[in-house]
Amino acid sequence: MEILEQTPIIEPGHTSLSVTSAIADVPLTPIRRTPVGWIAGLLLAFAIMMALLYAVGALFIEGIGVWGVNAPVGWAFAIVNFVWWIGIGHAGTLISAILLLLRQDWRTSINRFAEAMTLFAVANAALFPILHLGRPWLFFYLMPYPNSMGLWPQFRSPLVWDVFAITTYALVSLLFWYMGLVPDLATMRDRAKNIWAKRIYALASLGWRGSARHWSHYLSLYLLMAALATPLVISVHSIVGMDFAYGLVPGWHSTIFPPYFVAGAVFSGFAMVLTLLIPLRAAFHWKDFITARHLENMAKVMLSMGLVVAYGYLMEIFNAFYSGDIFERANTLDRFTGFYSPLFWGLIAANVVIPQLLWFKGVRRNVLVLFVISLIVNVGMWLERFVIIVQSLSKDFLPSSWHIYLPTIYDILTYVGTLGLFLTLLFLFLRVLPAISIFEMRELVHETGHHNAVAVENATDGKAQVYPAKPTKKEADTAKGGR
Amino acid sequence: MDNTLIEDKKQKLYGLLAKFDTPEALVAATRRVYEAGYRKFDAYSPYPVEGLQQAMHLRSSPMPFIVLAGAIIGGVSGFGMQAFATVIDYPQNIGGRPLFSWPAYIPITFELIILLGAFAGVAGLFFFTRFPQPYHPVFNSADFNAHASQDSFYLGIEADDPQFQLERTQRLMEQLGSVQVSEIEA
Repeated sequence: MEILEQTPIIEPGHTSLSVTSAIADVPLTPIRRTPVGWIAGLLLAFAIMMALLYAVGALFIEGIGVWGVNAPVGWAFAIVNFVWWIGIGHAGTLISAILLLLRQDWRTSINRFAEAMTLFAVANAALFPILHLGRPWLFFYLMPYPNSMGLWPQFRSPLVWDVFAITTYALVSLLFWYMGLVPDLATMRDRAKNIWAKRIYALASLGWRGSARHWSHYLSLYLLMAALATPLVISVHSIVGMDFAYGLVPGWHSTIFPPYFVAGAVFSGFAMVLTLLIPLRAAFHWKDFITARHLENMAKVMLSMGLVVAYGYLMEIFNAFYSGDIFERANTLDRFTGFYSPLFWGLIAANVVIPQLLWFKGVRRNVLVLFVISLIVNVGMWLERFVIIVQSLSKDFLPSSWHIYLPTIYDILTYVGTLGLFLTLLFLFLRVLPAISIFEMRELVHETGHHNAVAVENATDGKAQVYPAKPTKKEADTAKGGR
Repeated sequence: MDNTLIEDKKQKLYGLLAKFDTPEALVAATRRVYEAGYRKFDAYSPYPVEGLQQAMHLRSSPMPFIVLAGAIIGGVSGFGMQAFATVIDYPQNIGGRPLFSWPAYIPITFELIILLGAFAGVAGLFFFTRFPQPYHPVFNSADFNAHASQDSFYLGIEADDPQFQLERTQRLMEQLGSVQVSEIEA
């Protein structure tokens, strides 16, 4: 708490009502006054999403052959994108669950948005393995259900573990996110002027009325969900890591993969949160809520995770030579000097070298530089997955089967199209739901109020008996006029 | 005749609702209402208020046990399903490896622990809070609708409470530091 006083996590002078209106009025803007920027952004994102429609249509009609995959490179863009998207999702769960358990106040103004990002990223990620199935309409074969063939999924395979991990992750993230929204949906219901908006928010808010009995169950469950989501998020990317580590392919068969994948996921996830929040806080005038301190904290998390990832790279290289396995060693040398080596050196520059700039406070405080670094990290982490997956497969055991993979236009359009899908969902989310948790912001205003409190009474346990700095004009008036 | 009219009127009254400006005033008032012997009352706030649960003498939420039960069901059934499939229903001899390869069952068991734990928790929340519940008498108050989910704190005493007497209860609520006391129709 001492450090917090230096740079506030919420600018002073805010009240319950001012944070409520600043956040809730964005989605409640009348339809005719929708900002032009939002319309333009949605149209652009929607147009990009059409690339996905086209590419997936071609895939469904023609089959997997439209992609560049061929033996031995059976996994390429689809799996790269799957790992990349699911990794981006991890920052949302980390912010909403792990930082909640660690009682990090600064998470409050970014958790809702980060959770939404998680959901949309997981939705994109889940598309890819299904598209990659060859017969995507039979995706339900992956689930254990009583079937006329008398078959079960292979429960000993990491690919089946993945089905359970991703399904659980998507459902638990959705429940956690919706649960967090319920009190805010009640606020939206009470503030909405349009009768249809009011009805829809009323339905979605389940009739929330802020009862103390309800809060008691709600808070208990909220903490429990966070406690469930924390190991879940670690398990998900560990299992994604095992998809590779279980294979005997040189460059994959390594015990370091699960933790190293988790660190990489958090690294790229925080980069994506920064990439999205830096423009948004400017566009919606949320600089009071998402302050320089938030950006700096996220930059610090990104830097530390980047160092863990760098350690992973180093150990991979060290182990390749230390193991004495000639295939591992040849694979590593091929990464340094082979066909895909520009991508390898690109990822080293983007994920290891450039993030070191974040050691400097001046860089962490420079919004523009931070934005550029976050973009570079996003690209770097995509390259990392590409090199791990494609380079390893392209040079397997027999030189006679070596093969260089190059993406086709359908590979690229599918990837670009999911960026459009992601952005479309984000634009829609920003238009209809509060992107910052309003009730947690009110709580934060109340708790930080005692820093500016005129008289702190009975402040023995810190928070319980403290009065906010100054009542708003309206509050003071009603107090005078009350019976 | 007159008596039935009064009866009707009484039945139509849900209770009294007092409004407060600060969470501290709400907690103090709640404490005094409990001490005065009222039991059928509830406090409403736009964000969770510390100390309110103790002031209302609410028992701590049973949610952890619900989630634990769901988690146990998920874990046992998940492990059992895999063991049943790989040992009994569809055994495959792969190079003489053991059929009961329990370490390989752990990831799915773990995921199902989390999944059913979360489902049970949300179902439990719906059960205890009786959600979805779009109608509640407090919503008849325009002032409640305008402020309860944004910036004001309310304390409602139900007319069903054995201690409830309109004038006496109203006087008590006015003494609690509230800015406004209003009657709520059922």
